[in-house]
Amino acid sequence: MKNKYGKMALDGLIFNNPTFVLVLGTCPTLAMTSNATDAFGMGVSVLVVLTLSNIIISALRRVIPNAVRIPAFIVVIATLVTLLRLFLNKFIPDLYASMGTFLPLIVVNCIILGRAEAFASKNGVLASAVDGVSNGAGFTVSLVIMGIIREFLGSGSIFGLKIMDFGIQFFAMPMGAFVVYGLCIAVFVYVLDTVQRARRIKRTRLLRGEELAKEEA
Amino acid sequence: MIMVLAVVISAALSNNFVFAQTYGICPFLGVSKKTSSAVGMGAAVTVVMVVATMITYPIYMLLVALDIQFLEILVFIFVIAALVQMIEKVIKKISPPLYNAMGIYLPLITTNCAVLAVCEITSNALVSGAWEPAIIAGVEMNFGFSVLYALAAGLGFTLAMVIMSGMREKINHLSLPKALQGFPITMVTAAFIAMAFYVFTMVNVNVGG
Repeated sequence: MKNKYGKMALDGLIFNNPTFVLVLGTCPTLAMTSNATDAFGMGVSVLVVLTLSNIIISALRRVIPNAVRIPAFIVVIATLVTLLRLFLNKFIPDLYASMGTFLPLIVVNCIILGRAEAFASKNGVLASAVDGVSNGAGFTVSLVIMGIIREFLGSGSIFGLKIMDFGIQFFAMPMGAFVVYGLCIAVFVYVLDTVQRARRIKRTRLLRGEELAKEEA
Repeated sequence: MIMVLAVVISAALSNNFVFAQTYGICPFLGVSKKTSSAVGMGAAVTVVMVVATMITYPIYMLLVALDIQFLEILVFIFVIAALVQMIEKVIKKISPPLYNAMGIYLPLITTNCAVLAVCEITSNALVSGAWEPAIIAGVEMNFGFSVLYALAAGLGFTLAMVIMSGMREKINHLSLPKALQGFPITMVTAAFIAMAFYVFTMVNVNVGG
């Protein structure tokens, strides 16, 4: 049982990472990663909405009729985003200001609707919560990685702390976002492929070793 | 007249939805493999954007009058979802060939952030009296300019889709390292097109006061 949740967490974080492997929720990824602080804020916002929407939708999954499930999911998500917006406006106005239009656009983030449709509407509350947290964490980590890269190259600082006195404006602009995102996906896919291939080779070797041992016996 | 020009240039080129503001990237990446489907998707998005703005603008005025602006997200997403269904039915009835050409893209538009973004931008401009993209700062906010903004933004989106699909039809025939195939190379290509579009931010339409 514990192993199942561990596997789900790894899936969301790495093997089915919503940003780098599935390439979902691209608009906020490109727009909100010009510095690491905004990227973290966006990531955590999505994490919260995703987890809560997963919990609510999986709790209501037997009540919601199949024919109107998508509108029902959207109502849940839009309500959560409205609450989040009021909360941020009141308590973290800096983040609220820097997120601008992208805060309401969390409603149409495909990761949230995708997890609701693919996972929460078919699984239990606890499993959906784990799924929401792991996918949200995968999204947050990816955004922060891109935020750090872009902020460092763009202004020589990380999380607002000045590290080096240089800055390439290009990386703070949308075209820098496209380049960094594309190359991040390429590196991630390459590393993942290499690791998985190494694993497969190891497994076949182990199997072959067992067969040899059997034959010898 | 000059104001109309300013709004069109700003929305379609210098603040292009895809390359400068990064709205609507999902359809931009997903449906830009062939030029014909790119045109269909672009046209469908443009139509929905214009009609959605026409409807959400008065609704937002009503919300402001009733002082329940916090409901805007819920209201907008519902208007867009209902609208997409209605447009789909209407097109199916009126023009089957058109439906065959762009009907399959219509359901995807509900979760296209470009449409919601247009509604948000125009309604924010309605409240604050100032447009978010600064180039049209001198243009006063009203219904006509909002609809024009939506139309120009939709055309800019279509332009981006068409350019990208043309590039991708060539990219598909290149031999690339496996890790770069698909999304990564498309992103890098988009970056170069975005650089080209950056030139349009130099265009300074002086609206005057």
